[in-house]
Amino acid sequence: MSDHDDSDSPIATSGAATLNVAGARGPAFGAPMVEFLMRLGDDRLVLGHRLSEWCGHGPILEEDIALSNLALDLVGHASMFLGLAGEIEDQGRDADALAFWREGVKYRNALLVELPRGDFGFTMVRQFLFDAYSVVLLDALSRSAHAGVAAIAAKALKEDKYHLRHSSEWVVRLGDGTDESHRRVQDSLNELWRYTGELFEHDVIDDAVAAEGIVLDHAALFAQWESMVRDVMQRATLEIPEGVVMASGGRRGRHTEYLGHLLTVMQSVARAHPGATW
Amino acid sequence: MLTRESVFETLATVMDPEVPVISVVDLGIIRDVAVADERVTVTVTPTYSGCPAMREIEDDIRTALLAAGASDVDVQMTFTPAWTTDWMSAEAREKLRAYGIAPPGRAEQGGLITLTRRRVPVACPFCGSSDTRLQSEFGSTACKAIHVCNACRQPFDEFKAI
Repeated sequence: MSDHDDSDSPIATSGAATLNVAGARGPAFGAPMVEFLMRLGDDRLVLGHRLSEWCGHGPILEEDIALSNLALDLVGHASMFLGLAGEIEDQGRDADALAFWREGVKYRNALLVELPRGDFGFTMVRQFLFDAYSVVLLDALSRSAHAGVAAIAAKALKEDKYHLRHSSEWVVRLGDGTDESHRRVQDSLNELWRYTGELFEHDVIDDAVAAEGIVLDHAALFAQWESMVRDVMQRATLEIPEGVVMASGGRRGRHTEYLGHLLTVMQSVARAHPGATW
Repeated sequence: MLTRESVFETLATVMDPEVPVISVVDLGIIRDVAVADERVTVTVTPTYSGCPAMREIEDDIRTALLAAGASDVDVQMTFTPAWTTDWMSAEAREKLRAYGIAPPGRAEQGGLITLTRRRVPVACPFCGSSDTRLQSEFGSTACKAIHVCNACRQPFDEFKAI
């Protein structure tokens, strides 16, 4: 492994562009805007890849097509966010270089999106939890003072609204469906809930990008998200689990083992044929 | 001698590779054209973020303008303002309908959405009936939804409003 991002690594201190968790034996972050954009890009790239695994395996033809469409949109959003990250970083890395040549510890996606796709119900509950988060986040970012981020967010938001409507309808359909579909999506919700807290964590990166015109109120975003989620879960006759201890780590490069397997597949062609174009 | 007008005329012949009855101008994705001597800069905004046709559209624009006498063609991308189907002209909508694709309605405004919105039925492009049902909001390309007409029993695509 070429990267040393674990907690025993020395903390980088050089340069105004780097930032560290004060006093903690925490990971060394890169420039705040680059880190921030990688979080946005990696969430969408990893989830887009997970959805693409359904291509040719959807439970019905319409859903096979829909999931592939969602994947395409998300990878498109990832490409825009990572493209901007590469420009700001100014080290000659474009969106492809960031997607295909970074190790898992350099990925900044939330744990929620890297979990294996599970059954169709699991995929749809995860999608709904993410879509609701993405819509409230992009809505806020589209009004931010950072022109580049606002433009991408406004663009992606339009497409994510279609995703959210689709996934919320499926959660209701499956939750309020048969005993079997209800059981499966309730189990999925129970499993996934512990990964939702990380989406609304606020850390030093969020503080630092305020200087660039990006001011996020994660508590307010959570309130918006939660009211949407409670509404849909109620209509789906699903119960939100109580007293769950939240998992976290992806934003700092500490991932589940599943991410490595995903990246092995996703990066294999680019790494087998470096520099290839088609 | 290339002019802004002649460049637009040429671009009006560059068709969407997936919906070959409407041009890139009809689609509303050409945001600006600048001509300096024989060098042309075309500013384009993508339709859907992940649309795989965008690269082909860029190549088609370049090929058409080089054939029209441009010495150099620069295709620039802009994300803002974000593309909306509201930019499609009435003629473009009619071309879509005649081709068998229901044209887009008005795009939704505002930030957040009502999850339980009531859908306005989309008129069948073949028989004109409003007795239709949505089969899926995701179709053969990123820009289309699938509907079925209860009157003439014909499945059809709708160009989604966005």
